[in-house]
Amino acid sequence: MRFLGFLLRRIVGIAAVMIGVSVITFAISHVIPADPAVAALGDHATDEQIAAFRSEYRLDRPLVEQYVTYAEGILHGDLGRSIRTRRAVIDDLVDSFPATLELSFTALLVSMLVGVPAGVWSAIYRGRPPDFVVRLLALAGGSIPVFWLGLIVIGLGYYQLGWFPGGGRIDAFVAPPPPRTGLYVIDSILAGDLNALRSSLLHLVLPALTLGYFSTAVITRMTRSSMLEVLGQDYMRTARAKGLRERVIVLRHALRNALIPTVTIIGLTFGSLLSGAVLTETIFSWPGLGRYATASAVSLDFPAVLGVTLLAAIVYPLANLVVDLAYYWLDPRIQRG
Amino acid sequence: MAFRPTRVRARAPILGEPLNVLAIAVIVVFAACAVFAPLIAPFDPLVQTLGSRLAPPSPEHWLGTDQLGRDILSRLVYGARISLVIGVVVVALAGIFGTFIGLVAGYAGGLVDEGLMRLTEVFLAFPPLILAMAIAGALGPSLQNAIIAIAAVTWAVYARLARGQILALRRREYVEAARSIGASPMRIIARHLLPNAIAPLLVQASFDMGAAIIAAAGLSFIGFGAQPPTPEWGVMISEGRNFISTEPWLSLFPGLAILFAVGAFNLLGDGLRDVLDPRLRRAG
Repeated sequence: MRFLGFLLRRIVGIAAVMIGVSVITFAISHVIPADPAVAALGDHATDEQIAAFRSEYRLDRPLVEQYVTYAEGILHGDLGRSIRTRRAVIDDLVDSFPATLELSFTALLVSMLVGVPAGVWSAIYRGRPPDFVVRLLALAGGSIPVFWLGLIVIGLGYYQLGWFPGGGRIDAFVAPPPPRTGLYVIDSILAGDLNALRSSLLHLVLPALTLGYFSTAVITRMTRSSMLEVLGQDYMRTARAKGLRERVIVLRHALRNALIPTVTIIGLTFGSLLSGAVLTETIFSWPGLGRYATASAVSLDFPAVLGVTLLAAIVYPLANLVVDLAYYWLDPRIQRG
Repeated sequence: MAFRPTRVRARAPILGEPLNVLAIAVIVVFAACAVFAPLIAPFDPLVQTLGSRLAPPSPEHWLGTDQLGRDILSRLVYGARISLVIGVVVVALAGIFGTFIGLVAGYAGGLVDEGLMRLTEVFLAFPPLILAMAIAGALGPSLQNAIIAIAAVTWAVYARLARGQILALRRREYVEAARSIGASPMRIIARHLLPNAIAPLLVQASFDMGAAIIAAAGLSFIGFGAQPPTPEWGVMISEGRNFISTEPWLSLFPGLAILFAVGAFNLLGDGLRDVLDPRLRRAG
């Protein structure tokens, strides 16, 4: 019952935020530009097209009425028509979302697989060279521009070593797996297509490493600091006093408790992953939302950019809700509180 | 036994930690480049010398030249001016506006607080770069608009921080005392609440200097910030993109400049956090 109340409160909160989000995207599309019709249709639109657009979207009506029309459109999945692709923005978003999801999840996976052990290692060796190296790398991770890292990684991994492809989701001569989830790796496994699996995995390496570096740094720092806090607790001394092996103490007693704040951080880094994906996908010609947003932005395709903005603002609070639910499940103290 | 007051250890000075000194030194170097760019830069950052296009680093051009024969070191030095100005202006705009909103929300409470905090949450729901891109797109691509866009996605954190501080401080005795002798809300906020709430805001400002520099470079990289031929670091990396396999120095050095500048502000942020607000201290 308490769980349902918690869930309900969060969902109402998210709905309120969503209304706010739609007001802001409305303001960006209708209020900021000198002429929203020109902004939506592009500079090359004819006077007739502009007039038709104005009457269709009631741009000659009061702002409140315009907002209601706009919000109704969103609720019906109408995010306008892309000037560049000439398709409905919602269709473009649906097509490019799986690529971004695959890249972001892989990046997050890399971050957890690297960040958590690095944080633990750093905490155990506090003040000694391994700690110093890990902290330096983590500092760099928070300070490095992702688009520059992408270029460097391509320069090394593709041009110099030739180990990994420099862009795209799959080799040009390999047929993409039949779409079931839209995630090439999963679809290749489902189709039993080893060739496509190998190619899509290889294509994921460089962009996932690039995109994942920032979140790896965040997770490393968080794991390190919460490990240090836990390692100083009384029950750790008790565990040592009763003669448990160091390995058991670190993994079973310390890490399990230290991971709780790390889970929260994972939700928070999701937003930065989406931001990072814009630039990473552009560098790696990764056909996801980020590249779609950049390509649209460059060709001043305003409805498309706003569509991505709106979608991103919906995904982010939802990701945080999922994390909150995980947190609720992981930490019984929250359930009691 | 006579009462002896516990001796409170003085706050560790920011310069006591070698890493803080390093961070400040790097920031000073970049600031010096920004202020004295015309004196430091060996060449005009915009002058094209097509005869020495794509020259590798040499005694004449320490960091090489770009595809139009412009000296990369000179462009980097002038780029420091742009990046630091971006950082300062973004942090000033976002910090002042966000802090004001947070102070008002925290002090007023009730419906005002509720409304302002929901507004803050809405802004925090957007991934910053994507919202900044949309705003910069609506305003038109330029450096000035990129600054406005980044400030628009940055202020919410200050609002939240300032509000949290005010909620913790507003019931303190000295605030009650000020109120009881008839001090106006503005005076209480300005004289009593803000000075005591400033520590975490300063820490955030240091981190945001770095974040603003990266965000502006990112916007410029995709064409939404500074425009060529401006010697902005993001523009420089973007221009060097096509030469990454053959003349990597075009993109390498501006990227390193961003890394060092942002790293220094992040390091300083860590240091400030430790010195100014031990409650927030993390082992990271």
